[in-house]
Amino acid sequence: MPTRAFNGGVHPADRKDATSAHPITRAPVPEVLRVPLSQHLGAPCSPLVAKGDRVVRGQVTGDVEAMVSAPVHAPVDGEVTDVGPVVLASGARVVAVSITPDEVQEFDRFEPVERSESVPETVRAAGIVGLGGATFPTSVKLQPPKDMPVGTVILNGCECEPYLTCDHRTMLERPGRVIRGAELIAKAVGATRVVIAVEDNKEDAAVALRAEAGPGIEVLVLPTRYPQGAEKQLIWAVIGGEVPHGKLPAATGALVHNVTTAAAVADAVDEGRPLMERVVTVTGNVRNPGNYLTLLGTPVEALIEAAGGMSGEYGRVVAGGPMTGMALADLSVPVVKGMGGIVVLDSGDTAPAVHGDQPCIRCARCSDACPMMLEPYAIGIYANRSDWDGANRFHALDCIECGCCSFVCPTRRPLVQLIRRAKQVLLEKGASL
Amino acid sequence: MSAAASPTRMKVASSPHIAVRENVAHIMLWVVAALAPATLWGVWNMGMVAVVLLASCIGSSVGTEWVWNRIVRRSQTLWDGSALVTGLLLALVLPPRTPWWMGVAGGIIAIGLAKMLFGGLGWNLFNPALVGRAVLSVSWMGVLADVRPFPGGWHSVIDVPATGSLDAINGATRLAIATADRAAGGGYGIDLAAYYQPLLLRNLEGSFGEVSGLLLILGGGLLIAKRIIDWRIPAGYIATVGVLSWVFGSDPVFSILAGGVLLGAFFMATDYVTSPMTRAGRLVFGCGCGFFNVVVRLFGPMPEATTFAILFMNGLVPLIDRGFAPRTFGWVKRRG
Repeated sequence: MPTRAFNGGVHPADRKDATSAHPITRAPVPEVLRVPLSQHLGAPCSPLVAKGDRVVRGQVTGDVEAMVSAPVHAPVDGEVTDVGPVVLASGARVVAVSITPDEVQEFDRFEPVERSESVPETVRAAGIVGLGGATFPTSVKLQPPKDMPVGTVILNGCECEPYLTCDHRTMLERPGRVIRGAELIAKAVGATRVVIAVEDNKEDAAVALRAEAGPGIEVLVLPTRYPQGAEKQLIWAVIGGEVPHGKLPAATGALVHNVTTAAAVADAVDEGRPLMERVVTVTGNVRNPGNYLTLLGTPVEALIEAAGGMSGEYGRVVAGGPMTGMALADLSVPVVKGMGGIVVLDSGDTAPAVHGDQPCIRCARCSDACPMMLEPYAIGIYANRSDWDGANRFHALDCIECGCCSFVCPTRRPLVQLIRRAKQVLLEKGASL
Repeated sequence: MSAAASPTRMKVASSPHIAVRENVAHIMLWVVAALAPATLWGVWNMGMVAVVLLASCIGSSVGTEWVWNRIVRRSQTLWDGSALVTGLLLALVLPPRTPWWMGVAGGIIAIGLAKMLFGGLGWNLFNPALVGRAVLSVSWMGVLADVRPFPGGWHSVIDVPATGSLDAINGATRLAIATADRAAGGGYGIDLAAYYQPLLLRNLEGSFGEVSGLLLILGGGLLIAKRIIDWRIPAGYIATVGVLSWVFGSDPVFSILAGGVLLGAFFMATDYVTSPMTRAGRLVFGCGCGFFNVVVRLFGPMPEATTFAILFMNGLVPLIDRGFAPRTFGWVKRRG
């Protein structure tokens, strides 16, 4: 089937070999879990438990009456030892429920969520959010606006970020759950076509999915190129639709969900399983890189220890992938729903820090690489001068912050960083998106 | 917890956390590498004068940048290699008989006037090496028009294919003869096809960098293959020269091989700073360079038009960047 190539993109060394052959194993239970009540985009949850309460695995610990939100569940049996602020990987301070787990845990047993006839309601109750990293509440995406009928559900198995293999392993080890999730999502939104998109560096995952896929589910292999898994670029590749400026992706008639999210949807609907844990790729300069099924709220440092600890020099420790993830200032931050990886970057692989204002030599690599067909160099120059109107004229708000421009810049101009700043200011000023 | 994880030692920056290793110096070194065969072949054939010309142009270019940075108290920028490339390109577009002091003057003009005065690397509107040549050629027109082959060179130890000899005709290049001939309306008095081979392999009439068209094509091909330059500029340039020359009744192959077209198309018009930022714009820019090159060559007072064609198009780059801005993904209309 023909697919459409998006503009530009880059080919970073993917470094997936270190973990792609490692089956998912369960990370040990840490001494204490700190489970944030805001692990999603939208309204933070209010705590439903207090210090001293006993909780069981699967119990709701936080929820809120809001459309765009997702409840949080206890990942273990244990005792609530604190309800208080915690700092996330992003630097945000949110309320978290600290749980000291019991000595013995039975992972197969959990308090199931209330299952209703409505898939979105069950998904909401299970606390499922976009597990590719966006963390937008999945239940909301399953109820698209009435005037935007969804014809195609696209499952995103591209995993175009270097180093990460958690989606790859999920597709390989749980293809049936991914397919089942795809069917449930398609039914919920009334889609007639289901496409699972995988980059061609994961042919084995495509084979595994095809073996399980019933009629009406296409497994589409796309060329490996970052950011193939970005929502707008993926929709373009699969159905040839451009998400119009300022509109929801659903305006194209396509809805994108991550493959791991789909598996979680299947588990919620079929077993009543809430989202209590996720697969995290721990890789880079650690002794035992691998894919670890990690309880939400596990401190990153405990997870790194579980992977054998850091080895050798490291440049930055990144939560998420190296192109869009966040460098951690503090390794005690908890693993959250959207954290697909911990990458201990070798100092030799880490992008050098930028000192001062390096000149743009107008090589045009940033414009050529931009999947949104922006001119990052120009937005960067305007943002550097605090000329926000200029940045807006060059469509700064359309930037998807994939980082290709900064990645290719031979003078190491902090382009996506400048554009982020411009977006922030423009949104504060209320510029029309 | 290992000591390495102590919070005070964490390094933090905003994403992306990885980047290409390529920097400006790498790019400039590839350009030097691409020019090396043509340069060395020129030195081999022209001998010591070529070495003196190279030394004076490169020395004054690099020296001017160093002095400028000292005077305005900016950190030194010599290691980015761009002054070296400017000096090298300046030497290659000058005829070998150019006196050394003129090379020095060209370097000072190229770097001081055309680059540093505009704000240094990245800010200049016009190609520095071509500004250097342009100023020299209008200041000492007779010297730069003297493109008689320089006797000498270090090639006598091997047997080099002989060029068709026109040396006796008052030092005019074949290109100048062909142009004059056409202007007189009498068709070609000389068989231009006979000069394809010497123009490709060994041509001692013209600028120092134009000894072998083949080596320039190979060097340009290297830069295209390494994705350092965009093929659209040389392709648009060369194709336009060929087609337009043919339309005006000239020999298209001769028009491409003779004069500065190859050096200009692969190494001058492709200068990042002074060429457009969009793919479509670069194609238009290349075609524009080719157009003015042919027009000035055939209808202007000078046979050598490459310098002025590219400089003119350099001036249009801001307009081209605006006119050929890409359409943002998700938008219906182009920006601009």
